[in-house]
Amino acid sequence: MRAFYLLLKVAAILVWSAFVIAPFLWALTTSFKTANGVTGGPTYIPWVDYQPSLAAWQGLFGSGAGSIDIVGPFISSVMVTLSASLVSLVLGTLAAYGLSRFSYKAGPVGNSDLTFFFVSQRIMPPVVLAIPFFLMLGWLGLLDTVLGLIIVYVALLLPIAVWVMVDFFNTIPKELDETAMIDGCTPIEAFWRVILPNAVPGLVVAGIFCIIFGWNDFFFAFTLTFTQTQLLPVAIVSLNSSVTPWWSLSASALISVTPLIVVAFLVERYLDKGSIGGRK
Amino acid sequence: MYGLTRYKLFFLLPGLIVLLAIILFPLVFTIRVSFSGWDAMTPGLGWIGGNNYGRLLADGRFWQSLGRLGMIASTAVALEYALGFALALLVWRQIRFRRVVRVLFLIPMMTTPVVMAVIWRTIFHESLGPVNDFVALFGIPPVQWLTSPEWATFVVILVDVWQWTPFMFLLLLAGLLSLPREPLLAAAIDGAGPIRAFLNVTFPAMAPISVGAIIIRLIEASKIMETVYVVTSGGPGTSTETSSYYIFIRGLRDFQIGYAAALSITYLVIMIVLLTIIAKVLTKTLVKAEG
Repeated sequence: MRAFYLLLKVAAILVWSAFVIAPFLWALTTSFKTANGVTGGPTYIPWVDYQPSLAAWQGLFGSGAGSIDIVGPFISSVMVTLSASLVSLVLGTLAAYGLSRFSYKAGPVGNSDLTFFFVSQRIMPPVVLAIPFFLMLGWLGLLDTVLGLIIVYVALLLPIAVWVMVDFFNTIPKELDETAMIDGCTPIEAFWRVILPNAVPGLVVAGIFCIIFGWNDFFFAFTLTFTQTQLLPVAIVSLNSSVTPWWSLSASALISVTPLIVVAFLVERYLDKGSIGGRK
Repeated sequence: MYGLTRYKLFFLLPGLIVLLAIILFPLVFTIRVSFSGWDAMTPGLGWIGGNNYGRLLADGRFWQSLGRLGMIASTAVALEYALGFALALLVWRQIRFRRVVRVLFLIPMMTTPVVMAVIWRTIFHESLGPVNDFVALFGIPPVQWLTSPEWATFVVILVDVWQWTPFMFLLLLAGLLSLPREPLLAAAIDGAGPIRAFLNVTFPAMAPISVGAIIIRLIEASKIMETVYVVTSGGPGTSTETSSYYIFIRGLRDFQIGYAAALSITYLVIMIVLLTIIAKVLTKTLVKAEG
């Protein structure tokens, strides 16, 4: 019975792992194909099923036929994601500290309402904001620019930063700041010298979430940029037409998801220390 | 607690003002636009009263897209919850290769949904994709994955499950890891089997985090459109068209800005009301069962 249970468990893990990994393997093998390897029906094993070629991978950095230049979009994506994450993290951490330590009152609006206001922005479907963003950035002359996207992404990521950091600050004892202030620190100094160093794990988690959601967004990059600025997901999806070069598509897809697979390892690290999910 | 207003404001205001500027102004502006006849021919805020709202009441395609969204989102989230919980239970104890397995299980949620959707589309390609090749092993004739309404819906749900089960897994695993050990030990000493122990101890203790995870996923799933855009383009016909995608077509394809704004506002209000009700009901049924 016990052996049977173990077997079942291993089988379940293997089946799910195969499901998780299948699209990556398919993309990997496709990325070494040429047109012949694709249009003849599905093939899997290089050298046996088809003759592998590095053409797709070389095409990513040059401009041959059926290739895309992926370096520009990659750099734009990194710039937008990191800048927006950094701004959101700074503003979000400050606001979260305030909401965790002070009490605010403006008429009927209190701390929990303010926190809810920040977090509830995640409910907003992107499509609702697409039209006003489109018009607003048009008026500001920021359509199709990296700066315009950064502004929009801050709105997307700030709620995440506030959400993670309020929870995290609530787990840091208030005595820490109080002691610092008795020692003569102003609230800002206490925050900077005492609380922030203790908040590094929370900052890492919030930063990881910001980077995931920033890097993976497609909709705003798709509706608010055209030719001057192109982010990675938009560049890849633009290959997805009736005559799709599957090989370039697969190679560029793999490049675009690789940075965040590294992030998956970081997340697992912090999971073991128990600082995800807001509980200790 | 310790006072000075200017310090309080120093912390809160920058974030609050930025968010208000980026979100609230567009929202108010959208409400105003929804009462205008703004389209490609007559751009501008010309007031036409509630005409757009009257029109959307009679717009069957919009209401169908909402129903379809509800079906797709609830099916996907239910599957993700069940699978995510099962996977978390499989790996929360010490097992061999635990770290590798956990990282592997987390990877899909880290990948760009729209990029993976492009890959999925090639996988389900009817003549060149591997899935029909795979089912042929069992003697099943090629399935029209993307051109029959039922299978296209199935593919959209499958892609969502692949992408987001890891999110449920992550939150539920974090919850399991933070559970106190004593009640489970007590149950084991009382002679409860693994299934009884799960139903009486683990599941109730996990109820609050379950509700949180389900709500977050429902919120995210209610916005689904990128997968649809890439995998099926809403088709065949309109059979996989979700509300977000329909609004996108009306607003940014047909440039019926005024009408799309009215659709947006209606969609937003319906989502807020529905999600609030679902959150209340879930909290009541699941968390109360604890007592």
